[in-house]
Amino acid sequence: MSTTTTNPSHRSVLSPGTQAPDFSLRSTPDQSVSLSEFRGRPVVLAFYPADWSPVCGDQMTLYNEMLDEFQEFQAELVGISVDGAWCHDAFAKQNKLHFPLLADFEPKGAVARAYGVYDEKDGTCERALFVIDPGGTIHWSYVSPIGVNPGANGILSALEDLKAKTDKTAAPK
Amino acid sequence: MNARIPLTLPDPERDHVSGAANGSIKLLEYGDYECPFCADAQPIVKEIQRRLGDDLLFAFRHFPLANIHPHSEHAAEAAEAAGAQANFWGMHDLLFENQSALEDEDLAAYAGELGLDATRLTREVASTAYARRIREDFRDGVRAGVNGTPTLFINGERYDGARDLKHLLNALTAM
Repeated sequence: MSTTTTNPSHRSVLSPGTQAPDFSLRSTPDQSVSLSEFRGRPVVLAFYPADWSPVCGDQMTLYNEMLDEFQEFQAELVGISVDGAWCHDAFAKQNKLHFPLLADFEPKGAVARAYGVYDEKDGTCERALFVIDPGGTIHWSYVSPIGVNPGANGILSALEDLKAKTDKTAAPK
Repeated sequence: MNARIPLTLPDPERDHVSGAANGSIKLLEYGDYECPFCADAQPIVKEIQRRLGDDLLFAFRHFPLANIHPHSEHAAEAAEAAGAQANFWGMHDLLFENQSALEDEDLAAYAGELGLDATRLTREVASTAYARRIREDFRDGVRAGVNGTPTLFINGERYDGARDLKHLLNALTAM
């Protein structure tokens, strides 16, 4: 293991072409979700610092309105923060979120660390996006400044690009 | 093929625009009639329009966050339906001024207040006659980098600064 740093340059962020580390995290107090369950479909992982903070609310609220668009790519969207499952539950209810929020809670931030997007100083996930291809390889990643809602344009472009690539591969000779 | 105007600039052919079509300053808002921050921005936009007059072309596109704002889609439908009766901006203003009263019967009352055909408007709202147009605004907004409401674009650039009159006027007139 490398020593942990608070290097803000995100050099540790897993880059495209890397196998996405599998994980299993609580989505509700009594249910878990594993990345491998989504094999065969693209997955959008949205790491965010905290439930309830205003920018996060906006970001998750925005993605919640875009589930149809993600569905067009058969993509699964999951949000991940270090908040616990009960906290996610309340936050999701308040904002009527229709996609899972996963609790990277115990050991705290372990999945964020595996993806290279844990902020040691604040003890939260960074605001980071990953699009994972149907085979489980990272296709695109992006780390946003913590206070900036990255929107969804980058995700859609990555999904389009991924679809073009997949279609090409799948095309008959 | 006709190149479309960039998603971050008002398109007088398609958008609801207010002001001078050839205005040198272009302001585009993506907004939600049930969003409190959009309602806060409304009088400021009005004042900007008053001050900049014919120098400004303003356009509004819909960005309803329907899960947290359950009235936002019908409100957007009402604005479009009023637009079909040639009074988009009248309804637009009433919706922001009466943000806490956006039930369907309120929308019908606003149509009456504006002298519109309220029966037609109610029918169009109920059947979500303009849903495609509203969704197109939303999708265009996402592709343009809209990340919440309101999002403003000044001359094609997203404006992330403070939304008070002073800062906005500075940004609009800094050329």
